[in-house]
Amino acid sequence: MGDGIRIAVWGLTALLAAIAANWARDLAFQVNMLIVMVVAAGLFVRAVRRAGEAAAPAPQDTYMDDVIRAGAIATTFWGIVGFLVGVVIALQLAFPSLNPEALQGIGNFGRLRPLHTSAVIFAFGGNALIMSTFYIVQRTCAARLWGGNLAWFVFWGYQLFIVLAATGYLLGATQSKEYAEPEWHLDLWLTVVWLAFLAVTFGTILRRREPHIYVANWFLLAFIITVAMLHVVNNLSIPVSIWGSKSVQLFAGVQDAMVQWWYGHNAVGFFLTAGFLGMMYYFVPKQAGRPVYSYRLSIVHFWALIFLYIWAGPHHLHYTALPDWASTLGMVFSVILWMPSWGGMINGLMTLSGAWDRLRTDPVLRMMVISLGFYGMSTFEGPMMSIRAVNSLSHYTDWTIGHVHSGALGWNGMITFAALYFLVPRLWGRERLHSLAAVNWHFWLATIGIVLYAASMWVTGIMEGLMWREVDANGFLVNSFADTVAAKFPMYLIRALGGVLYLAGALLMAWNLWMTAFGRVRPAVRPAPVSVPAQ
Amino acid sequence: METYTLLRHFADSWVLLALFAIFVGAVLWVWRPGSRRLHDDAGLIPFRHEDRPTPARRGSPDSTGDTPHGNDPRSFALSPETRR
Repeated sequence: MGDGIRIAVWGLTALLAAIAANWARDLAFQVNMLIVMVVAAGLFVRAVRRAGEAAAPAPQDTYMDDVIRAGAIATTFWGIVGFLVGVVIALQLAFPSLNPEALQGIGNFGRLRPLHTSAVIFAFGGNALIMSTFYIVQRTCAARLWGGNLAWFVFWGYQLFIVLAATGYLLGATQSKEYAEPEWHLDLWLTVVWLAFLAVTFGTILRRREPHIYVANWFLLAFIITVAMLHVVNNLSIPVSIWGSKSVQLFAGVQDAMVQWWYGHNAVGFFLTAGFLGMMYYFVPKQAGRPVYSYRLSIVHFWALIFLYIWAGPHHLHYTALPDWASTLGMVFSVILWMPSWGGMINGLMTLSGAWDRLRTDPVLRMMVISLGFYGMSTFEGPMMSIRAVNSLSHYTDWTIGHVHSGALGWNGMITFAALYFLVPRLWGRERLHSLAAVNWHFWLATIGIVLYAASMWVTGIMEGLMWREVDANGFLVNSFADTVAAKFPMYLIRALGGVLYLAGALLMAWNLWMTAFGRVRPAVRPAPVSVPAQ
Repeated sequence: METYTLLRHFADSWVLLALFAIFVGAVLWVWRPGSRRLHDDAGLIPFRHEDRPTPARRGSPDSTGDTPHGNDPRSFALSPETRR
């Protein structure tokens, strides 16, 4: 792109955003457009200052690691933001007075909750996936990233999406679809960024120097393609005005609900499972120093997961207007899904066979193992909860929240922490992590945090479900809703404590990674020579 | 016949059969005789190109999927050093 075109594009973008901000129908759209305007104006100034400079040709004999370094920083940053908001809303549920009158409409639970879910899933998890994809696809294809600065566009475009979505949530722009809250203008932008992400990944795979496409890339590619499809279909909507954030969904009634949970469950299946399995199939063998236990099993794992997951969505809509056949279909496929999930878990765990002793000395490997353990646990719990009879007890209770968090904190969080501990020394050319003791502390803080979280949510969820269905001899409900809320208070405190521990572990990690990347290199600790006196 | 019923019948029969056959085919393909060596080798991919990409072969466009050693499956058996 010539300098002139670049300057014109940024200038026009800034101008259009200024017009849109001026004519905006609502505050969220106005703030979004002001952010776009500032960003575009900054890029305009940058383009003007750099005009005439010859761009250095990209070296083809090295990997493109600078964008991955940025990804590691972004993953850590958004992780802490997301965990912090999670702790805040956990405390807001325990102490309603933390929703003060002054914060109504900006900082109350209803506005902060989507901020938390999107921050941890899409900002923390999404950055972890983009960072890992760029790292893994280069190393397993023996090729530099395709598309040059397109990878940087993906990175910054994604961060812009996060910031716009977060400000929109706080100011009330939401289409009320769980995990798909961003409104139409952000959906369009994310589609552009995501297609660029697909292009970079696919382009790199196309010019690979390795004849076989390593299995991690299959999972990562499936994640990117499926998320693109889910995102586009679930966000089909018509904006009320192009100067406002409000839109109207194309589907209505039960069709809309089914599309939403087809999206919602596959966001779990492909974003939080297939994508993170791609990370697992690279980082676990690398950290263990041995190839995956069974490469054949990994391929069967892939195809079984792909063929099954896409049908599991209707289990979110038991006992609704959805036809029975559809919810039975979702339930049956969810139960079958247990098999490939455990096949993958066993494949990951057995990769360590013959190297189990390393669990004693390598806390990063231990994190990977516990993450696989939580993967196995939540993929057992999920199919069980999808069975209609169990669901009639668990649905709408805190059990669901406990299930989601044992998967998200245990599986996604732990494997991401392990990936960061693996990547940061390599990306910044350091010999080792700053402190293994801190990794150990992080491991235990996070694990105890998850156990407190999951256990308290099981107890409160089952208690709540039982209280809701309790009837007296005459068939009247025994408990009012407020009774269940009061009974849950101690469990809410324990949940918040679990969240605090998890956040503390993440802060420790951020310090450790910062010291690894930018701090003083510590000399290796050598054991003192043992002298045996000659007899 | 309305479109919905038509599609339902089609999905319940032939599409179901086709998807199932593809899946079974993929599993059989993975366990085909003689593929063990290829899979064992593929499992070692993460340990090969840690530091830098393999340079493009001279005279070949680097946007194609071809490799320094072509499509000869025997080259799977070569050690990482000889493959460069």
